[in-house]
Amino acid sequence: MSDKKMNGATSLVRSLEHAGVDVIFGIPGGAILPAYDPLFDSTIRHILVRHEQGAGHAATGYAQATGRVGVCMATSGPGATNLVTPIADAQMDSVPMVAITGQVPSGAIGTDAFQEADIRGISMPITKHNYLVTNPADIPQAIAEAFHIAATGRPGVVLVDIAKDALTSETTFNWPTSISLPGYRDHSQSKQSDVDDAAALIAQSSRPVLYVGGGVIKSNASRELLALAEASGIPVVTTLMARGAFPDSHPLHLGMPGMHGTVAAVTALQKSDLLITLGARFDDRVTGKLSTFAPVAKVIHADIDPAEIGKNRKADVAIVGDVRNTINLLLPAVKAQYAKARPDFTAWIKQVNSWRSTFPLGYDIPKDGSLSPQYVIERLGKISGPDTIFTAGVGQHQMWASQFISYEKPRTWLNSGGLGTMGYAVPAAMGAKVGAPDSTVWAIDGDGCFQMTNQELATCALNNIPIKVAIINNESLGMVRQWQTLFYNERYSNTDLHSKRVPDFTKLADAMGCIGLRCERPEDVDKTIEKAMSINDQPVVVDFGVFRDAMVWPMVAAGTSNDEIMVARELAPDWDSQDL
Amino acid sequence: MNVQRTFHTISVLVENRSGVLARVSALFSRRGYNIESLSVGPTQDPQFSRITIVVSVEGHALDQVIQQLDKLVNVIAIEEMHESSSVQIELLLVRVSVTAANQEKLRTLVAEHGGKMAEMGSTSAIVSLTDTSTKIEALVNALNPFGILELTQSGLVAMRRTI
Repeated sequence: MSDKKMNGATSLVRSLEHAGVDVIFGIPGGAILPAYDPLFDSTIRHILVRHEQGAGHAATGYAQATGRVGVCMATSGPGATNLVTPIADAQMDSVPMVAITGQVPSGAIGTDAFQEADIRGISMPITKHNYLVTNPADIPQAIAEAFHIAATGRPGVVLVDIAKDALTSETTFNWPTSISLPGYRDHSQSKQSDVDDAAALIAQSSRPVLYVGGGVIKSNASRELLALAEASGIPVVTTLMARGAFPDSHPLHLGMPGMHGTVAAVTALQKSDLLITLGARFDDRVTGKLSTFAPVAKVIHADIDPAEIGKNRKADVAIVGDVRNTINLLLPAVKAQYAKARPDFTAWIKQVNSWRSTFPLGYDIPKDGSLSPQYVIERLGKISGPDTIFTAGVGQHQMWASQFISYEKPRTWLNSGGLGTMGYAVPAAMGAKVGAPDSTVWAIDGDGCFQMTNQELATCALNNIPIKVAIINNESLGMVRQWQTLFYNERYSNTDLHSKRVPDFTKLADAMGCIGLRCERPEDVDKTIEKAMSINDQPVVVDFGVFRDAMVWPMVAAGTSNDEIMVARELAPDWDSQDL
Repeated sequence: MNVQRTFHTISVLVENRSGVLARVSALFSRRGYNIESLSVGPTQDPQFSRITIVVSVEGHALDQVIQQLDKLVNVIAIEEMHESSSVQIELLLVRVSVTAANQEKLRTLVAEHGGKMAEMGSTSAIVSLTDTSTKIEALVNALNPFGILELTQSGLVAMRRTI
């Protein structure tokens, strides 16, 4: 590439252009300021957010919706530390993201200079890799490597911290033609022999389940998964990170497993004799008490990260590789096994279907005539349709949004799964809308979550990013309150937010340049949603005042066995009437 | 219950870059693994350094340590070093009390153990030994009666045997 002389800042912007970046979410400040000057002339769209946490979650939402690497930018010190939460969040959920931070001049590093924070040290345990660049000549190489590492293998976050003097010094720009990382292995090639072992186990099984995780969405393997499920006749469960990886409407889909999973999904895993684990990691929220999880099942574990194999649950057959490669090899291998002897899953399918029909997801309509939060969310899903992208915060509304919306397509459900970051929904919706401007994007948020990051509504209003926000307002930290109801004798210590009194969310929306709507009666739900759907030139915020004592069911209490799933308070399934 | 602890020696070839030791040691503390000894030094190639870590973990956890280490971008190769198939050496420096009367006795004892007298003063002496941990322990025990004033010991370094 060209050897033109320029300063490090121009080299950085040129590098980001070469890496294919089309949008950056960020905020300038002293140390990163030199980079913002050439950025002013760049083809890259920079969206000026209101808080760096918003930049990080927006980059995450962008990446989750598009599959591309999300990019956020901040200055040194507080700018960088404000990125810590979204970095940890994205890394936990294997989201490809590159974070660029300014650093104090190299001569000042280590002196406790103004706005100095050791963000490389701070972010070491929450990134896939990170860089501190002090020599301007190293900028293109660091950026090229950062995008390569973030996007390949198990995706993750790479932070590039650049000293201010590296941005201001003169250098020559050389975009690397190749990347040499002798210690980096992406493990994407699946081994045929492992796949053959897996196919043999499948052919010998009688109660198999496809346990599908977020890796299937990351590797764009939904079509392949559908083919595998239909050819093999094996029922599917999709984890919180995998909602949309397999159509909810499909007869083989049993729903979400885990703490708030469906009885059919949880019980199918418990009674299974073979878990075909695809891009999932046996998270504690799925397994419950690990020692009692799926006690008689053999395990096929397919994952791109070899460190996940056997981390929580021993694998009988491990397939390290990109899960799409794995499924592409597995489908013909299973067909070949079936050609010899097709296993008969008739009794098993009958069994899981009976669990599904006996214990469907459901909720009670509040007797006082107030709004049921589950009903609001269900209507949102129905009215806005399967092409809508939903984001959620963390808590009850998140679980209901996962349970009561039918996801038919990958990348239509974005949430904070691993870290459980309250405040994810609004900025993630902003990022998703920027990445997929033709899709309707709904943020389903709690009144607690919404008050953590709603400042980005101003960003949305000013930058023509017309997201829609549904606040499921139960005027409390609802999930914590639910635990207090169940485990702390209804002692509601510090969970009452009074958010039906303060703030007035419709006025807040108005002040932020958005349309504010309110709905408190069941009969107004559809027309309010339809009104919100009709507004496409401005962000819309709907304050749904809902029944505050609604709870998320089913539930497996933390630390207990999945066998102790409760379908409602003090109500376990009546297994005696079930033919187990 | 008295749990028998087993030590494993892991030899990690890393890129010679700033921050690599921090990444490796942070990984151990973050995942809850205890480092018994650590040594870092150059290799025949100036691009690479070798970190030798002795860790007390059991089978499953050991696999996890190795798998997690392997994910670090700056880690090139990892090898577990077994005592039977590798040379494993540590360095000991120990300061002991001496008097005019037992100086000669000390010299003899140290020579018998293959150690060296690094310094001989009128009231104290410094002894060094480069050997296996068993031999080092034996010398320390033998030196105890003199009165140990100060002791410092390096982490272990290891090299696989070919025969």
